[in-house]
Amino acid sequence: MKICCLCKEVPDASVQKRIDPGTKRLDRSGEKNLNPFDTHALEAAMQIKEGGQDVEEIVAVTMGPESAVRALHKAVALGADRSVHLTDGALEGSDVCATGYALARVLEGESPDLVLLGQQSDDGECYTIGAVVADHLKMPSLTQVIKMDVTDGKLRCERQAEYGYDTVDVELPAVISVGDAINEPRYPSLKAIMGAKKKPLDTKSAADAAIESERVGEGGSQTTVLAINPPPQKEPGEIIEDEDTNETVEKVVAWLEERKLI
Amino acid sequence: MPGILVYALHDDEGNFNKNSLGAVSEAAKLAGELGTEAAVAVVGDVPDDACRGLGAYGASKVWRAKSAPEGLAQPIVDVMAKLISDEGYSYALFGGGLLGFEIGAGLTARLGAGVTMEVTDVKVEDGKLVAERPVLQDSAIVDVGYVDEPAIIIGRLNAFDATERNGGSAEVADVDVELSEWSTKATMVTRGESRGEDVNIEDAELLVGGGRGLGEADNFKLAEELAAALGGAVAATRAVVDAGWYPYAAQIGQTGKTVAPRLYLAAGISGAIQHKVGMQNSENILAINKDPNAPIFEFCDLGVVGDLHKILPKLTEAVKAKKGS
Repeated sequence: MKICCLCKEVPDASVQKRIDPGTKRLDRSGEKNLNPFDTHALEAAMQIKEGGQDVEEIVAVTMGPESAVRALHKAVALGADRSVHLTDGALEGSDVCATGYALARVLEGESPDLVLLGQQSDDGECYTIGAVVADHLKMPSLTQVIKMDVTDGKLRCERQAEYGYDTVDVELPAVISVGDAINEPRYPSLKAIMGAKKKPLDTKSAADAAIESERVGEGGSQTTVLAINPPPQKEPGEIIEDEDTNETVEKVVAWLEERKLI
Repeated sequence: MPGILVYALHDDEGNFNKNSLGAVSEAAKLAGELGTEAAVAVVGDVPDDACRGLGAYGASKVWRAKSAPEGLAQPIVDVMAKLISDEGYSYALFGGGLLGFEIGAGLTARLGAGVTMEVTDVKVEDGKLVAERPVLQDSAIVDVGYVDEPAIIIGRLNAFDATERNGGSAEVADVDVELSEWSTKATMVTRGESRGEDVNIEDAELLVGGGRGLGEADNFKLAEELAAALGGAVAATRAVVDAGWYPYAAQIGQTGKTVAPRLYLAAGISGAIQHKVGMQNSENILAINKDPNAPIFEFCDLGVVGDLHKILPKLTEAVKAKKGS
């Protein structure tokens, strides 16, 4: 079995994110990291491998600028055997439709039995890439999966949907996005971190992946940002730093009383 | 006449969900402004009456694909892609919920269509729909336009209100759709299982919500004791429900309940969007969290930065003392 994990480089959680008013895109300067949700996908792949399934290799796949190599190094440190980096100026500004198409082209070249990814990116909060990729690859798909077992060449998955927990059987090959409840990702060992740069990394241009240039980038995107507005103003709430808990509790109780909540 | 096609999700008894009815209402309103009509796609053997009843929310036509199963996205992608291609719908609209994300994403790929998700409002500009979408933890709202039609709009949970109109009745038409080979490779084993005991949080006026910040399942008793002192109930985030700390029936947010109590006391809850959409209309929001950067501090009325393990027991005692006096 061959598993591909889709990875994304996102601004680090500590970075104050903003939209560049000029390009109307997310300002991706500053410290970056591997999307935390994708570490759950890598962990899920590792657990399948360690659980006794015959996993030939785990391949980390990303699309992004040169700097995204660091996210791939982290993915390799977490257990991927090698990585593929789709990078091309022509891909910049791709929307969900274009990004899903481009990633699907790269994955087609890998012919995986299972594609795993995190349920959302920490920056875009789109939840959708997995299902876009799946339709292009003509594979069954399920998102926000929190339990997954491989038996007899198929997956038994659980996830929460509108009416409670669903249990779904999915034939392979398949595309599965995982929720963060699926596992507790491991920390990479120092040895794995040091060795990550030595693992094979395949850099591909759009042309290498047979991506039609008119379907990607800003020009190939189907949506356009017309305006960026501030959210409706809400009176900011009062914030108390708890130094003396008795005093804090007194303030909270007074606040509750004032609002006739007790 | 190009129109708007809405997907309406239903449970095993054939009841449409509230967010779907909201999407039908929203589509009908927008269709009115565009001078066109709103139609609905449903799958499974939904009774005629239930389908016709969608007319009360403004639908003029309901397409029913009886042979397609409900509950999994890809067969519904097949149904909606066919309807959009055959009938020439300009937009597909989804209410909040997980299936809408999946179906909308599948349609995006199938039709090469633009998609916007987490949409909180839709407006008409120059005869076209423009979607408003909050981004970056709701710190900005972008107006998203579409280069071409068809286009896909996926609403945020509770973004669209279900409004009954003048008791109209929708025309019902059955449609035969051949499912794609890969659409039948995922099969439902059990649907809508509610795990844990059945608790009622929707009628409580005072709610104490517990999140991962409680640390472990046992610490929910801190929330329960405070809720008992206040005379309220305990709710939970998805993370702790998935972890098995608390019953599913107590879950608030994207795939749980939506509540609007007089007080929502969030204990150890970061305030991720998926949770926020289920409780943001609470009258008073009080948050206790040790992380001063938690998003919940951006939208609470009173925030306490501190250790809830120290604060909750003392607060419980103080509330008891106050109520006893």
